[in-house]
Amino acid sequence: MENRYYIESFSHVNNGIVSVNGAPVFKTLETDFKSVMKLAYKQLIVDYPKFFKMDNLSKLGLLAAEVLLREEWEKNIAMVFSNRASSLDTDRGYQDSIKDATHYYPSPAVFVYTLANICMGEISIKHKIHSENCFFVMDEFSPETLSSYTEELMDENKAEKVLCGWVDVDNEKYDAFLYVVAKKGTFVHSDAEINRLYKTTHEQ
Amino acid sequence: MSSDLKQELKEKIIEQLNLEDVTAAEIADNDPLFGDGLGLDSIDALELIVMLDKDYGIKLADPKEGRKIFESIDTMAAYIRASKA
Repeated sequence: MENRYYIESFSHVNNGIVSVNGAPVFKTLETDFKSVMKLAYKQLIVDYPKFFKMDNLSKLGLLAAEVLLREEWEKNIAMVFSNRASSLDTDRGYQDSIKDATHYYPSPAVFVYTLANICMGEISIKHKIHSENCFFVMDEFSPETLSSYTEELMDENKAEKVLCGWVDVDNEKYDAFLYVVAKKGTFVHSDAEINRLYKTTHEQ
Repeated sequence: MSSDLKQELKEKIIEQLNLEDVTAAEIADNDPLFGDGLGLDSIDALELIVMLDKDYGIKLADPKEGRKIFESIDTMAAYIRASKA
């Protein structure tokens, strides 16, 4: 079958490294999530203080998207994300703020992030994207799920490009792999190729 | 005492609202907290209401009151002092 779509570029954030198309654009020996995000922000995002108000999942997603979208002119970009932990990392923090009836101070700023898809909203705000989006929660990275949904969106002309991938944070463990699907590009948009790129970046 | 409260408010706001790269010394007592000043948003306003309750035992009966109370560090400090008098 002829391939209709391609992967234009991909990014990865893991183990203190941010890479684009397999090439590191940021590295740190810091291991805790907060420090890694702060240092990566100062080098790759810079002038967006709202970043520090976001939950960990949104920070990770925004960072992984930033290196792919900062020079992107197309705004009709849908998003199809996935992860394992959903917003559990933030949900726990919120639960801590409401579990004690005598010290019951639910934080509005934490509460607004107790849904995984808020991460895509933050990316949309930063890059002024108004588009379709969907967030799947699954046990492990599944190219088939993402590719079928992505191709449906593009077949139906719902988007010119689709930002897809995996953005997962839970208890200091973090892993992001995003890629842009377009009508032209370097890599064929197939499940095997998506899997290869995902694993390639994990072998760095 | 008054300036102690204002300094305390500045430090609490920076910490509670995750204002990265802003120091207490950079916030003037009469700087607007919203809009062109510190650039706080509506969620920040809710956080400030929680902060008044949690740290100073002051419950805002009407959240719309917040608009005037949270104009600046000066107005916040004056409101806290008046509430505790």
